[in-house]
Amino acid sequence: MKAIETEALTKRFGNFTAVDSISFDVKRGEIFGFLGANGAGKTTAMRVLCGLSKPTSGRAIVAGHDVAARPERVKRRIGYMSQRFSLYEGLKVWENIRLYAGIYGARSADIRERSDALLRELDFEEGRDKLVRSLPTGWKQKLAFSVAIFHEPEIVFLDEPTGGVDPVARRQFWELIYKAADRGITVFVTTHYMDEAEYCDRVSIMVDGKIAALDSPRGLKEQFRATTMDEVFRILARGDDARAL
Amino acid sequence: MSKTFPVRLFGAFILKEFRHILRDRRTIMILLGMPVIQVVLFGFAITTEVREVRVALLDPTPDATTRRLTDRLLASDYFTLARVVHSPAAAERALRRGEAEMAIVFEPSFERKVEKEGTGRVQLIADATNPNLAAMFTGYATSIIAGGAAPAPATRLLYNPAMKSAYYFVPGVMGLVLMLICAMMTSISIVREKESGTMEMILVSPARPFMIIAAKLVPYFMLSCVNLATILFLSVHALGVPVAGSLSALVTASLLFILVSLSIGIFVSTVARTQVAAILVSGMVLMMPVILLSGLIFPVENMPALLQWISHLIPAKWYIAAVKKIMIEGAPLLLATREMLALAATGVLLLLLSLKKFNDRAT
Repeated sequence: MKAIETEALTKRFGNFTAVDSISFDVKRGEIFGFLGANGAGKTTAMRVLCGLSKPTSGRAIVAGHDVAARPERVKRRIGYMSQRFSLYEGLKVWENIRLYAGIYGARSADIRERSDALLRELDFEEGRDKLVRSLPTGWKQKLAFSVAIFHEPEIVFLDEPTGGVDPVARRQFWELIYKAADRGITVFVTTHYMDEAEYCDRVSIMVDGKIAALDSPRGLKEQFRATTMDEVFRILARGDDARAL
Repeated sequence: MSKTFPVRLFGAFILKEFRHILRDRRTIMILLGMPVIQVVLFGFAITTEVREVRVALLDPTPDATTRRLTDRLLASDYFTLARVVHSPAAAERALRRGEAEMAIVFEPSFERKVEKEGTGRVQLIADATNPNLAAMFTGYATSIIAGGAAPAPATRLLYNPAMKSAYYFVPGVMGLVLMLICAMMTSISIVREKESGTMEMILVSPARPFMIIAAKLVPYFMLSCVNLATILFLSVHALGVPVAGSLSALVTASLLFILVSLSIGIFVSTVARTQVAAILVSGMVLMMPVILLSGLIFPVENMPALLQWISHLIPAKWYIAAVKKIMIEGAPLLLATREMLALAATGVLLLLLSLKKFNDRAT
């Protein structure tokens, strides 16, 4: 079974076509990289897949349900982390965990037990009573990710999750992503960092609202005769002129 | 959306709001301290009452009549003698130097003129840099002086016999403070969620956005009730402005206004993208008209027709009018029906507009 299936998915704002008839599948348990230059339409596409925005035409099946027809069912089965880590800065760590777990309908007794387990796993038990505001960005991002998958969603959507942290913190973050994928959670991630694209099972690159390429990082590099994903991205994002160089 | 309203989740959201507000010491101080400062400021510092106007006296030929009139003038709280001058030029100089705000000039041989011709001439020269004030104290002086010579009409001042300006300001301050706290604080806190990305997180979750907004209204509604109590307590016990009408009528009108202000806050939050924008919109676009056009400081009745028409669009104006009727004039709630209807209509309109904006964005 597929985690995500889209068919000629299109989103228009007036005359502007942000997402232009894209069709692709994401397999269950896969780490799927969703790349594209700023304004290529990846955030819009992701918002449609999350049920935040209705598609103009086409179809998207996410976690077994049509996003346009049954957004509520989809929402219960997905997790989401925006680029602004989306935790409440003025609340303590455990209060954030409890609030988000409560939103997804977890029982308070379960929440206590599982949030303790989560903090132990992150090796962050001393941070339990700290205000999120006081944490370093790397910790905020790891926490936000853990909170986003606290309700064991089928798919987690990550919108540029590692902005503004050093390579070590990014590496640690990706270890969490691998762990989640090992548990069977499908990971759908957008990123600006091309080294992160290398960590994905498959990568799609959007250009002007269309998917210009979709394959494993190795397959893409062979296809475009490039040595790094960075090169592949530049060839696609800059268009034919760049390829001539 | 689940069939039953998720009470526990709603409670969790409200708890979250309270934690946010109570943890932010500075904000909570502003929220609870603002009404106290405003009431004290408007009630004591900013006063339009006439008190101890300094008088320069020019009486070339003092006699029993002029002395009697002068004594009567100075016996009131309104006037004190600053200096006695001996020429018109000296009187003018006293005014120009700011040593006196009013000069009283009796014509020479005042008593003899009164005996012979039945009337003597007195001139009042006033510093009219503050025209309202000048009009008031020359009026007082005229009636006091005339009271000696001719029978003056008996005046009765209804609702505010002591002519205290607090009577005039308290309703305005109530409108201002409730508006500020409800509209500004709600809009800021909703926009903050948009800025920090937490709103998006809620929108992707099964929880309805309606819930997060409703959960915001609860704490600010309660805070506003505390503020309402503070203002009423201070105005009755510190400013000596009694609640002439029924307290329940006053509270009813106030609760309605609080709800309207909350919906203004929600509406602002659908328009503003950043907290700064929310502060600017609720601070400048909402506060300035409230201060200038609601009758808080300047009477609406004296404004040009266009401004009066604009003032009808300001909810605080209707609330202030209702409070004046109920609290000061002691009118029953029924007499404030027009004001209450205007408030209710504004509230419903704003909520519908916000809902429409919200749904437009969701699709």
